[in-house]
Amino acid sequence: MSFIGVHRRSSAVIAFLLAALAASAAERQRPQPLKSGIEFASADIRAQQSDDFANPGMLWVERGAKLWQEPAGRDGRSCASCHGEAQQSMRGAATRYPLYDSAGQRLLNLEGRILQCREERQQAAPLARESEALLSLSAFVAHQSRGMPVRVSIDGPAREHFERGREFYHRRVGQLNLSCAQCHQDNWGKKLGPETISQGHGNAYPVYRLEWQTVGSLHRRFRTCLSGVRAEMLPYGSAEYLGLELYLAWRAQGLAIEVPGVRR
Amino acid sequence: MAARVLVPKQARRGAVIEIRVVVQHVMETGYRLDAFGRAIPKNVINTLTARYNGEEIFRAEMGSGIAANPYLQFYTVATESGEIVFDWVDDAGERGSERAAIAVID
Repeated sequence: MSFIGVHRRSSAVIAFLLAALAASAAERQRPQPLKSGIEFASADIRAQQSDDFANPGMLWVERGAKLWQEPAGRDGRSCASCHGEAQQSMRGAATRYPLYDSAGQRLLNLEGRILQCREERQQAAPLARESEALLSLSAFVAHQSRGMPVRVSIDGPAREHFERGREFYHRRVGQLNLSCAQCHQDNWGKKLGPETISQGHGNAYPVYRLEWQTVGSLHRRFRTCLSGVRAEMLPYGSAEYLGLELYLAWRAQGLAIEVPGVRR
Repeated sequence: MAARVLVPKQARRGAVIEIRVVVQHVMETGYRLDAFGRAIPKNVINTLTARYNGEEIFRAEMGSGIAANPYLQFYTVATESGEIVFDWVDDAGERGSERAAIAVID
């Protein structure tokens, strides 16, 4: 009888310890303190990002603003026909992505949502992933959340995608046999050649990257990183990348959106 | 070709004003190959000019060494109210233009 009591108590203690362990494990997966990639960039790049005229990403944002008003599809409706002024209706929208779309039963990132809207609501010809038009629209929409903190949900059906992303983040891949975590979690702030390793957040994407000489999505950045460790590059919008994007957003929870960011 | 120009809306006569222009352009160097190994032809904005009430105040001649989406910044003296017109052309012959008004006060 007392044996059962002890057993109950000890299982309660174990449960508590497990919860504490899980909490500290979660803390270990989030860099402390959180630092946006811009904090690791040179003074020149920081100046370029913070000056809205010198920031080349603003060209895409402006193009996106035009596309927002442009009629498309069967009924000739534009984004603005339903959503009105993006400055109000899209404010904060990007902070919640990727999110689980219960109607379509899939995880959507911001690009995915724009594509879905275009296809299902506007009934317009689909935009290609990584096309100038889609990047311009996603940069424009995300720009409306600039300065607002990332706050995605990993509850409910999103959880499965989150776990998939977490698994991807910690999996060693490629000929160099490296995981994302080995650089961006365990060794951020240290040097990799001349570069300072960042914490690997996605809060500035779509980003104008000097190496690309253009604006690119977070998935393009994933591909660049994977190519760097000599791993297989997955297609834009793949389930693995979406899961990873969700995991990264959870990890970056609280960091301010910087779109359009500028990176080396 | 999308572009943005920044000219002060208003300036005092004789004041030195800063003018900025950025043009969206790939500035293809001519040194790159495509996925099939064929050379991608050079295509850069080779000339960009700025005219202030018809008079040329700035000219840039650019080549392969200039990054994509060139950003230019220069200074001039505010003389008269009027318009500054920017014109540019790339190697493919595509032209672009942008204009901005300026009011000069005494």
